[in-house]
Amino acid sequence: MEDLELGDLVLSSRLLLGTGGVSNLDILERAIVASGTELVTVALRRVAPSEGPSLLQVIDRTGARLLPNTAGCFTAHEAVRTAQLARDAFETDLIKLEVIGDEDTLLPDPVELLDAAETLVDEGFRVLAYTNDDPITAVRLADLGCEAVMPLGSPIGSGMGILNPYNLAIIRDRVRCPVILDAGVGTASDAALAMELGCDAVLIASAVTRAQDPEAMATAMRWAVQAGRLASGAGRIPRRRHAQASTSPEGRADLGGPADPSGPVTSDGDADERDSGSP
Amino acid sequence: MTITVNGQTREFDAPCRLGHVIDAEVSERRGVAVAVDGEMVPRADWDDTELEDGARVEVVAAVQGG
Repeated sequence: MEDLELGDLVLSSRLLLGTGGVSNLDILERAIVASGTELVTVALRRVAPSEGPSLLQVIDRTGARLLPNTAGCFTAHEAVRTAQLARDAFETDLIKLEVIGDEDTLLPDPVELLDAAETLVDEGFRVLAYTNDDPITAVRLADLGCEAVMPLGSPIGSGMGILNPYNLAIIRDRVRCPVILDAGVGTASDAALAMELGCDAVLIASAVTRAQDPEAMATAMRWAVQAGRLASGAGRIPRRRHAQASTSPEGRADLGGPADPSGPVTSDGDADERDSGSP
Repeated sequence: MTITVNGQTREFDAPCRLGHVIDAEVSERRGVAVAVDGEMVPRADWDDTELEDGARVEVVAAVQGG
């Protein structure tokens, strides 16, 4: 499978992992390793006294790179300042830009988002923009120079999967930068579907970190993303109304009843009947 | 002089440099970023930045999220 390129960052895994929601760092470390991810998100908050290994030490051990986010920001002003802090703290230009409209839906505020994205691109950040599944906003973000657009499948942490696959496919068609599905994945089939729709990668947090067995779910997501990617490039069969036999009727043995006066049914007759049932 | 560090008021002797306040807050500077009165101060400037009385200092670091 070819690598995912985000500017000069080259990733062999197309699964990005969020770190929020996991109950302890040991479980988080095992989930990161099991997922095979090479890019994990972190947030910035006021320092608090802590004991034991720090989050950064744990992530360092896994070899994954950091993708800081602007989680919790409601305005472009806050998001830009948070990104500036993240760049200074982690020495990376990468930023997952989130500008949230309200606390109930956690849906992006497109006006503030576009404002922040423009400023951050101007300041040399490589912006991965968390956005609604709205093709128009996604195109605007891409045109501003975002490194990737990250449309949601459904609201953060909802686990409802991809509510509008039609929009995701349009976004994929209309922007040239990578499209990374972000938010809403509930289980492995959601991640596979995202990739089958043409997404370049999937970012998953809660579906792994809040699963009963995060390590097992991380493994499932790893294979789901790979399976979906392979399937998207493999040329799926068209959907059809009726069945299409995968086994040829040619050469069927005559296994009819012993005393059938009308004689055996020919295989040709059967084949014609099948063909007439095709759309 | 009074400096507000992450929402808590602290007393420091004047003159007070930002680097001194940061070192009082964290044991390691790696992975930490700092804003004074809402504006990020690059780590290269921490030891040269003199704080004014009443300054608001935010010291942030990585937490799980996203």
